[in-house]
Amino acid sequence: MFNNLLLDIDAGTIDWSRAQFALTAIYHWLFVPLTLGLAVIMGIVETIYYRTKEQFWKDAAIFWQKLFGINFAMGVATGIILEFEFGTNWSNYSWFVGDIFGAPLAVEGIVAFFMESTFVAVMYFGWKKVSPGFHLASTWLTGLGATISAWWILVANAWMQYPVGCAFNPDTMRNEMVSFAEVALSPFAISKFCHTVTSSWIIGAVFCVGVCSWYMLKRREPRLSIESMKIGAAVGLVASLLAAATGHKSAQDVAAVQPMKLAAMEALYDGGNGIGLKVIEGIEVPNALSFMATNDFEGYVPGVNDILNGYTKPDGQVEPSVEEKIERGRQAIAALAAYRKAKHEGAEDSTINQQLSLLNENMPYFGYGYIRNKEEVVPPIAVNFWAFRVMVGLGGLFILFFAIVLAGAYGWPKALWRDRSITGLPNWHYWIAIALIPLAYIASESGWLVAEFGRQPWTIQDMLPTWAAVSDLQSSSVMITFFLFLILFTTMLAVEINIMLKQIKKGPQL
Amino acid sequence: MNKDSFLHKAFDLYYDGFRSMRLGKTLWAIILIKLVIIFAILKVFFFPNFLKEHAQGDESGYVANELVERAN
Repeated sequence: MFNNLLLDIDAGTIDWSRAQFALTAIYHWLFVPLTLGLAVIMGIVETIYYRTKEQFWKDAAIFWQKLFGINFAMGVATGIILEFEFGTNWSNYSWFVGDIFGAPLAVEGIVAFFMESTFVAVMYFGWKKVSPGFHLASTWLTGLGATISAWWILVANAWMQYPVGCAFNPDTMRNEMVSFAEVALSPFAISKFCHTVTSSWIIGAVFCVGVCSWYMLKRREPRLSIESMKIGAAVGLVASLLAAATGHKSAQDVAAVQPMKLAAMEALYDGGNGIGLKVIEGIEVPNALSFMATNDFEGYVPGVNDILNGYTKPDGQVEPSVEEKIERGRQAIAALAAYRKAKHEGAEDSTINQQLSLLNENMPYFGYGYIRNKEEVVPPIAVNFWAFRVMVGLGGLFILFFAIVLAGAYGWPKALWRDRSITGLPNWHYWIAIALIPLAYIASESGWLVAEFGRQPWTIQDMLPTWAAVSDLQSSSVMITFFLFLILFTTMLAVEINIMLKQIKKGPQL
Repeated sequence: MNKDSFLHKAFDLYYDGFRSMRLGKTLWAIILIKLVIIFAILKVFFFPNFLKEHAQGDESGYVANELVERAN
């Protein structure tokens, strides 16, 4: 039926499709974390207004809500383009994931529409229309709605990293959900959600402290800047510590279900027990990687070569070599073809069932059937290694930064701050805080680089590599849309930054 | 409509809110332009449903053929 297909996929199509998806996701992710982070800041500021009834706090809340609104409006619908790309560039993948991907995204769409459109409206239009308590609840629910949206998106992403709660149906060629709870409450999704949301709060906090620092630099808005800075630094410090803790849990999940990603993050070729964590190549913290991955300083961590050649886990379970997995993957694909042929030709049930049984038995390795050379399952190590260090390094810097800012904002220790105030420091202090805003984004995007580059070549872990998932498109057409997006996204980003800066310069109307 | 009814209050909230917007007008204009670009240009001209165009109604057969052949 499909004899005229071009089944040799152009490598350019895969690369450009990946680049386009990455560009769109990176752009989308510029808005999401600031939305989640500023939601906490504006919620706290309005809560203080609710408790004190002081006009200053109401004006401060309106100011932070305006900045939230600008970012929210610019981020609206940028994620929809990702769904278009699934349908056009990744059609095999889209079909293969079936309703597992669709269900969380549908829930996300409904929640986002109803919660956010209702409560955002009350938050902006309702100051004189609803009671202060209802308004405050709407402000928090706006943030909660955005956070719940993030939950469903991360459930979908976590499923690609660790596919659970599904069964492959060779008749429909789709993975069908057998347990919504297993998909929605996957431990991988929970860790990912906690780490992503807490790291988003860091971005909101860095942004808040950065804006306050700009006012201090300009010797403007003294009360707003110091009070907001206290809130931003407190949120940032708590969020940074939580991000470190949730990051530790995420690392354990990765070690358990994506050991190749962990090995790539550490450029660990030969594993073992009591492995150290590299600060950079040549300098390492003894036993720290073992602890990070297993909560045990002497725990076993496999390296790239162990995973390629097969190894025995501490519980005695043998992890097959990639060569063995490739063989089993090929058996799965051959069984799939034989099953469909037998069904099409009306063969006997025993023949059909035999092939089905062979397929199910080898399905966990289905994706390995597309691997030609075992080295293809090794992700780009340099990118993972450095992206991980950038994320962790900046995360550590933020803990220190927020602790210093918080102490300074409260004038602690008193001996140090007796003759000075945080609003009257030399300008370079404020410039450092402002410069940390882009660094917070770099840390956050680096986290995603680790998450997504680290699982290469898989679009769905062990089930579908990129070259099986991609549509048979002309690479030139994908390339054109890539550059089209680059121009569009750059323009839109410039517009957003421009509006945001104008609003910050205008300041609150106190 | 009764002015104390929930529907009237909800309508009033949105009506007054949209009418008195300042910065919001600019943001809504940007959102609308963006939606037009996304749905009327990108979706229509650059992001067709690939399977709908190529599978001739037999999506599972098409994907099965693709996935089996690409392994060979």
